[in-house]
Amino acid sequence: MTAFELSRLLGAKKASCVEITRSVLDRIDAVEAKINSYITVDPEAALQMAAKADAKLASGLGRRLTGIPIAVKDNMCVRGRRTTCASKILENFIPPYDATVVRLIKDEGMVILGKANMDEFAMGSSTETSFWGTTRNPWNLEMIPGGSSGGSAAAVAAGEAIVALGSDTGGSIRLPACFCGVSGMKPTYGSVSRYGLVAYASSLDQIGPIARDVTDLALLLNLVCGHDPADSTSVPREYPDFTSFLDKPIKGMTLGIPREFFAQLQDRDVNRALAETRKVFEDLGAKFVELSLPHLDYGIAAYYVIAPSEASSNLARYDGVKYGHRATKFDGMIDMYSKTRAEGFGNEVKRRIMLGTYALSSGYYDAYYLKAAKIRTLITQDFKKAFESCDAILCPTAPTPPFKIGEKVDDPIQMYLTDVFTIPVNMAGLPGMAIPGGFSEQGLPIGFQLVGSHFEEGRLIQLSSAFQKITDYHLKRPSL
Amino acid sequence: MDYEAVIGLEVHAQLLTDSKAFCSCTTRFGNEPNSNTCPICQGMPGVLPVLNRKALEFTVLMAIACNCAINEISRFARKNYYYPDLPKNYQISQYELPVSEHGWVEIETAEGIRRIGITRIHMEEDAGKLIHDERKPLSYVDLNRTGVPLIEIVSEPEIRSPEEASAYLRVLHAILVYLRICDGNMQEGSFRCDANVSIRPRGADYLGVKTELKNMNSFRNVQRALQYEIDRQTEVLTEKGKMIQETRLFDPATGTTASMRGKEQAHDYRYFPDPDLLPLRVDPALVEELRGKLPELPAEKKARFIKQFEIPAYDAGVLTSSRPVAEFFEEVVGLYPVAKRVSNLLMIDPTEEGISRVTPRQVADLLKSVDDGIISGTVARTIYEEMRNSGSDPDVIIKEKGLIQVSDTAELSRVVRQVLDDNPAEVERFFAGKTKLMGFFVGQVMKATKGKGNPAIVNKIVAEELNKRSG
Repeated sequence: MTAFELSRLLGAKKASCVEITRSVLDRIDAVEAKINSYITVDPEAALQMAAKADAKLASGLGRRLTGIPIAVKDNMCVRGRRTTCASKILENFIPPYDATVVRLIKDEGMVILGKANMDEFAMGSSTETSFWGTTRNPWNLEMIPGGSSGGSAAAVAAGEAIVALGSDTGGSIRLPACFCGVSGMKPTYGSVSRYGLVAYASSLDQIGPIARDVTDLALLLNLVCGHDPADSTSVPREYPDFTSFLDKPIKGMTLGIPREFFAQLQDRDVNRALAETRKVFEDLGAKFVELSLPHLDYGIAAYYVIAPSEASSNLARYDGVKYGHRATKFDGMIDMYSKTRAEGFGNEVKRRIMLGTYALSSGYYDAYYLKAAKIRTLITQDFKKAFESCDAILCPTAPTPPFKIGEKVDDPIQMYLTDVFTIPVNMAGLPGMAIPGGFSEQGLPIGFQLVGSHFEEGRLIQLSSAFQKITDYHLKRPSL
Repeated sequence: MDYEAVIGLEVHAQLLTDSKAFCSCTTRFGNEPNSNTCPICQGMPGVLPVLNRKALEFTVLMAIACNCAINEISRFARKNYYYPDLPKNYQISQYELPVSEHGWVEIETAEGIRRIGITRIHMEEDAGKLIHDERKPLSYVDLNRTGVPLIEIVSEPEIRSPEEASAYLRVLHAILVYLRICDGNMQEGSFRCDANVSIRPRGADYLGVKTELKNMNSFRNVQRALQYEIDRQTEVLTEKGKMIQETRLFDPATGTTASMRGKEQAHDYRYFPDPDLLPLRVDPALVEELRGKLPELPAEKKARFIKQFEIPAYDAGVLTSSRPVAEFFEEVVGLYPVAKRVSNLLMIDPTEEGISRVTPRQVADLLKSVDDGIISGTVARTIYEEMRNSGSDPDVIIKEKGLIQVSDTAELSRVVRQVLDDNPAEVERFFAGKTKLMGFFVGQVMKATKGKGNPAIVNKIVAEELNKRSG
């Protein structure tokens, strides 16, 4: 059931939060060994939160999502609970503070089930770089679930959570949502507070919801969007009630079809699914306009300069001095730093730290970081121009259906190319949504992506909700 | 070969804000180690900085006072380097776009007023402190100072001597303290200075190889270190040696500098714009508002004191070097308008400490007592010292110590006659034409009366008595 449906049951007193939580915990017990969605599950804490939520509902203080069980990606700090970022270096880190989004879901009375698995420091597209082992795709356990929020998406797909929070730096919500057959949204940069989100690439990171359908996305988005004075990049503005877009017709809306995105699409299954999606939107009365995003080709290259540059600085604090892992044997300060970091970080994290350190070095800064920043501006301008002729852009989320565990983990370039359609959206700070839109011949989920202009999440919800009203891809569940 | 020095100074001043630059922790000095900290200044995962508005205002004030242009848009940048007192392993600073640039201050030199250019004034955060265990190979980290706001004031390489460097530093120091944005304490490190120095043949238009000097925690040590370094560099070049670019540490105990690290070991700070902080916009309206609030600065005040109060330039300079002393002086003059006499008295101890226990009213009363003939000017100085120690009113001290001036003509005449009787040789020389001895006789009378004799009356009687004896 969705959060929306459960919320109705709770309102009608046909179920209690404790019952709902217990049933999700039972499901976790049953399937977690196969999926590995979570780094930490805390049943006792969850049941306590559920009991509190029941009390809240009984006293009439309940809100829309009170009592709804949620999985939180392990890069968001929850006070008093281990937050590892899927890294050995934070294996035992217990934050003494809540991330702003965590405070919001606690205030709402939601039930935190546990901390979802992810790629180490959100660096990856498959959840294979997790120190805690990969998460498996609930649709096919040999397949990757996408990443980096693979645990969050797999948990929702496998019924191990009703909804989840993920974070998206280059596609980390949309890609796993797509690969796991669930709905996910990366909101506009600056609309959800990053305070307490362990930073990977600060100018690109954005927290967002993952859910079974668009209604739940809208409900969760209502909760987490908003200005936070603790985050200087948070945008002070009035956010609309996103559920008000759920039932709006889309007749007459224009969808942009970016030539460059489709030119790169070689996978037959994905092509077919996209064509069918387009047909559905046509039936709903949408118009199409072909358009060009000429700098798309440079997106991945620029991303892999900017994101690692920021990461090299953001991850410098993990040095064994204050918290987290510290090497046991070392000879002096510098040796403590090197051994601690050599032991604490995995290969992909080390690779990106080195990339970023190099790109920012004196003599290389102009050629790499500065150039990448300029490309970023060009990509943003491309999108801006595109939105002059359309309400939203329709494009693929991923170039292929989910691939096999181990298939690309040793080939970083191939792995990086997985994010070719999602990265430009982060570069421009735009809202992007991944919606289930079909299955491959092998029965693996395929989806499409909708991209909107800044702060136009409402239009994306309007479009995807209309789509989900007349399709059933989002209702399909994997058999486990 | 005749060489000239080229000196540029980098001054770091801690701002007197109540809270830190990017979090709300207190900046109070001397608290238990690590008690003034929170997840933000401890650099915990996921925390974010939010700029302290007061720190920005203080920076803009200093920039205005130093005639800088304020950039409407500036950027924070990360300066990346690893050290345990820097919990994030990067310092939030400014690099390509500082808050302000292109300013100047004026210094007084032996050759007259010189203008020293200021390249930039930017904001940054301070680091913490390491405390080393002397018995074990163990170090502790105190993060209380981490995140305290600093401004860095970078001068143009236009300073030509250690004396000028010292004068420039004193000017900056006085402005900062005047603006009440820095306590100026060099021992505690609230005001610190690094120097870049090189030498070149006098009149050359190129720059020599420079060294960077660190660890000079007083004006005097800056001057000593620079002088040592200029002499050292001159020796190296005179002996046909080659200068190498390096960072050198000053040792106050020996007055020498020693190499700390060479160019090869110089850090690559990998500066880049801090993505956690948006470009900083300084509203021109705020700049104008702050410009309006700017107090009269030391140089202006000194010029006004000379003109308005007609006191010597030296006195005006000393009195205005401290804002509280200058304000105290003006308050006294408001109550007792003979400015020259006020300044003469305050110049005995023209420091904040010197005026800490006395009120302007008490000082004015003291000076009035002299005018009223109750005490002599000499005694007034003694009483002033007593006032500065005890804080008592001048009339109380005068009464307690029996310092009321003797104006009794009969009594004074007796003393004068005694003095003249006791010094027949001097009297004889007086009549022989040494009229300057008049002052000697008056002095002897004052001595005999322990300074209580009314000088005007004493003068008159000495003249009369001498006149009598001339016949």
